[in-house]
Amino acid sequence: MFGSEALDLARMQFAFTISFHIIFPAITIGLASYLAVLEGLWLKTNEAVYRDLYHFWSKIFAVNFGMGVVSGLVMAYQFGTNWSRFSDFAGAVTGPLLTYEVLTAFFLEAGFLGVMLFGWNRVGRGLHFFSTVMVALGTLVSTFWILASNSWMQTPQGFEIIDGRVIPTDWLAVIFNPSFPYRLMHMATAAFVATAFFVGASAAWHLLRGRDNPAIRKMLSMAMWMALIVAPIQAVIGDFHGLNTLKHQPVKIAAIEGHWENVGNEPTPLILFGIPDMKAETTHFKLEIPALGSLILTHSLDKQVPAMKDFPPEDRPNSTVVFWSFRIMVGLGMLMIFVGLWSLWLRKRGTLYSSRPFLHLTLWMGPSGLIAILAGWFTTEVGRQPWVVYGLMRTADGASNHSYAQLGFTLIMFVVVYFALFGAGLGYMMRLVRKGPKTGEGDGVNPGGPGQPRTPARPMSAAKDDHDTGDVSLNKEGH
Amino acid sequence: MGIDLSLIWAVIIIFGVMMYVVMDGFDLGIGILFPFVKGEQDRDVMMNTVAPVWDGNETWLVLGGAGLFGAFPLAYSVVLSALYLPLMLMLIGLIFRGVAFEFRFKAKADKRHLWDKAFIWGSLTATFFQGVALGAFIEGFKVVDRQYAGGTLDWLTPFSLFSGLGLIVAYALLGCTWLIMKTEGKLQEQMHNLGRPLALVLLLVIGIVSLWTPLAYPQIGERWFSLPNLFWFMPVPLLVLVTFYGLLQAVKRNAHYTPFLLTLVLIFLGYSGLGISLWPNIIPPSISIWDAAAPPQSQGFMLVGTLFILPFILGYTFWSYYVFRGKVTHEHGYH
Repeated sequence: MFGSEALDLARMQFAFTISFHIIFPAITIGLASYLAVLEGLWLKTNEAVYRDLYHFWSKIFAVNFGMGVVSGLVMAYQFGTNWSRFSDFAGAVTGPLLTYEVLTAFFLEAGFLGVMLFGWNRVGRGLHFFSTVMVALGTLVSTFWILASNSWMQTPQGFEIIDGRVIPTDWLAVIFNPSFPYRLMHMATAAFVATAFFVGASAAWHLLRGRDNPAIRKMLSMAMWMALIVAPIQAVIGDFHGLNTLKHQPVKIAAIEGHWENVGNEPTPLILFGIPDMKAETTHFKLEIPALGSLILTHSLDKQVPAMKDFPPEDRPNSTVVFWSFRIMVGLGMLMIFVGLWSLWLRKRGTLYSSRPFLHLTLWMGPSGLIAILAGWFTTEVGRQPWVVYGLMRTADGASNHSYAQLGFTLIMFVVVYFALFGAGLGYMMRLVRKGPKTGEGDGVNPGGPGQPRTPARPMSAAKDDHDTGDVSLNKEGH
Repeated sequence: MGIDLSLIWAVIIIFGVMMYVVMDGFDLGIGILFPFVKGEQDRDVMMNTVAPVWDGNETWLVLGGAGLFGAFPLAYSVVLSALYLPLMLMLIGLIFRGVAFEFRFKAKADKRHLWDKAFIWGSLTATFFQGVALGAFIEGFKVVDRQYAGGTLDWLTPFSLFSGLGLIVAYALLGCTWLIMKTEGKLQEQMHNLGRPLALVLLLVIGIVSLWTPLAYPQIGERWFSLPNLFWFMPVPLLVLVTFYGLLQAVKRNAHYTPFLLTLVLIFLGYSGLGISLWPNIIPPSISIWDAAAPPQSQGFMLVGTLFILPFILGYTFWSYYVFRGKVTHEHGYH
């Protein structure tokens, strides 16, 4: 049968490929909406700075989008290749949700991306804006379906089990399962915040090097308004999400808190730091605040939070991992809120664009949103273990029957290929970031088009124009 | 009796996969033909003929996978895990090919040849393993208790390797005739010269497959050669021969559009032949679309949306090709 080492490899492969993948869609979701806002503001105010920013970020968007497409293709097949028992068991629910994602989201994105990236001079302003909005909507529709599917695996409902397989009975109940609204809000907001910090760091990088223009200032300013307003909102959503998890997956919360047992009727403390030990069933070196756990999770001072030992050992997720991944996420979130507040203070003093300590911190916070997203997903997915569909199917029962050698070979292959190729792609994205934005970026945008000498490539070659100007050797070589 | 949802879904998925084979077929074919064309400018042109449409083409593969997952989860789980290694290698090939499309234009001059190689080997790998997967699919899978019960390397047979090579030839011909349609001048002339040998090799491949499958798999032989089936299916091989004749003539008289259209007809006929051999099995040799079907609640739920949305997708695809119609030429006066 299936060895536990092979199961670990199968899980590592899924974790690796999806962790790499999620980075690209997260930026896609955030940037698409940012671009829609920029274009809307440009249409409304007619200020060139918005148009310049639009063209600058749409190039980076195009590169990022392409990498999301190819890494996503792997995901669409991996359920069947690596998790065939799960696919057979739950395919009647998760398959249609995935199909709807392809049909409704990829359709919108693919249909309007071409016009968005290359149609600047080919369609009217209104139609172009409409296209950008449709692409942004497509990214959110995609988020909707994939999170419906994931949330159903966390909190399944609206089905019955016949002959050992899931049969959907109520699609509305399936889609709007108990954890879905919270997870959807939390992830969509995370994508916005992560993108805001990526944009803010790009602006900080330029300002620290003494490059200053209205577009750079504008993007820092917009990013910091997002940090100030949306990062705290995200904390509130996260709190609600946590309460929802407590209700439906109490053992996940116990693992996150490294909380092994309740003492008498005492309220549950909050463990700030410690090292949960699954074997010894305790948390070592813990630093705890009395009753705070009860206050945060039950919003009361007397109710207890369920503890790990209330659940049989075979049903407990790995507390060591989720305890820390959760704290990384929350810690970064607090730091983001702090950056937002600091920016407000500097803004009032008029030194937002010149305070070097602030700009340095903002630069370092560039990847913080993406790291927080990964940490959050590790928390919720590792916290779902040992189940693949919560309470219905164990992860160990969901995998395909592949050998250790086969899984090891493909895992190494994915690791090497992903680091090499997506590493190069991220390098190209950073190169674009370093170049701009410049004043007048949107002037003389290449119309491209059919039969034109420079037929634009979709989606990523939208970035070509800019790069060529900075890299003349390429053209000499090519022509 | 109500509507046969499984039948409708089988038709939708067969249609989706055919769209994929045809459209990504010429994209991949261009990668396969890259080694035959040395000039940087010509290579730019070749890539630019498909650059605006390739990612849309690849979406059909995602639809095929997702549709199979939703409508026939048993087939999705068994076939995909049986074909684990070939499919993983195909995906790796597609990743290399996909990023090469874009990175090639952004790389510095000294790195560019790397992305050319990624494009060539990515296309070859993806095509070869698609063909291998197809061959292994025809040969069928051992299924016990709704799980694939064969070995890790069961897919590795002379027949599957042959169909891997065969698909390379088929996609190369698709790419070649696509380029005849989309280019002009020296590049087009070169493709005209390649058209004839490629078509002849493909004819040979189709001939061998047509003999090999009925001889090796009695079930398929029975399907084709029993009466009255023989009478009904006879037009397929006959049409193949007629189409080949037309294709060779069209290449000879340097036609621009006809070779590609006739290659499409050929692919369609070959695809129909496959369908005749395998229908109605979705996991050959014995599990039918009805055995592998998702419950009607799932198939029905998906169908409502699909019937509404698919026409839009087709409309967009057609429109996109319309926008980028016409010959693609060298980038004159651009330095």
